[in-house]
Amino acid sequence: MSQHSSNHGHGHHEEHSHGSMKSYSIGFLLSIVLTIIPMVVVFNGLLERTATLLVILITAVAQLLVQLIFFMHIREADKPRYNLMALVLGGIIVITIVAGSVWIMSFNSVVQ
Amino acid sequence: MAQHIVSPEVHEHHTQEQESLKTAGFWLFLVSDVLLFGTLFAVYVVLVGHTNGGPTGKELFEIPIFVASTFILLTSSFTSGIAVLQMQANKLKGTIFWLVMTLLLGGAFLFLEIEEFMTMVHEGANIGTSAFLSAFFTLVGTHGIHVTMGIFWCIGLILQLRKRGITTVTKRKITNFSLYWHFLDVIWIFLLSVVYLMGVM
Repeated sequence: MSQHSSNHGHGHHEEHSHGSMKSYSIGFLLSIVLTIIPMVVVFNGLLERTATLLVILITAVAQLLVQLIFFMHIREADKPRYNLMALVLGGIIVITIVAGSVWIMSFNSVVQ
Repeated sequence: MAQHIVSPEVHEHHTQEQESLKTAGFWLFLVSDVLLFGTLFAVYVVLVGHTNGGPTGKELFEIPIFVASTFILLTSSFTSGIAVLQMQANKLKGTIFWLVMTLLLGGAFLFLEIEEFMTMVHEGANIGTSAFLSAFFTLVGTHGIHVTMGIFWCIGLILQLRKRGITTVTKRKITNFSLYWHFLDVIWIFLLSVVYLMGVM
């Protein structure tokens, strides 16, 4: 099993270990599409406020994943994926800081 | 004697291991930079409504400018990826060519940003006008400073490539540079979403 996978890995070394022209092109196309979608929605006022906000945030996160997978090759890192772990921890901290700030500052009007 | 024959290979293996360790360390730097931008985004989101009677984002942001900036930076992220592919194929000229393309696109992006800032200041919307504008200039300006540093880094890399060619060390440096450049593109996507698109909504 392991021999099979190592043979397979050898045969497609160029494509799989560090990305290929194909994967970069797919990533580029996807990120353009994911950029155009929220722009079209916002500039033409296609949706109501909450739905527009959701579209903007979802396409942004999708674009983050596209860049991480197709451009930064997060899936092809060495065995213990310390970079992925650090990134997840960073993401948790950022979400806590941003959501926590918005939440706590929403009490500003109550206090005044 | 035998050891003398083996040692260059061992040395080469050792440097490669060290270089990949340096790339891992660079990932940690990127994560710490994510935290920096995260706090600035938090400040912006909290202060975005505090315009102090001054102009709002809707009045200030010019759609054609930030749409152009977005596609310029997106394309430069792609070209820096092609530079890495050329480097992996050991094509020195191709690597330098695509790094120069990345550099030019980065310069164009920066030009648009400086132009945008100058126009805003001329219209009387500077960093001291309101809490919203303080947060705006700090957040977008920090990204702009990162792009500026990336441009100088890229110039340094091109000079080093011309001098030393593609070696284990320059390979690692180009890999890290392209990681940095993709990272800046990701940050810009969130600036586009949270600052500009939500601003003109």
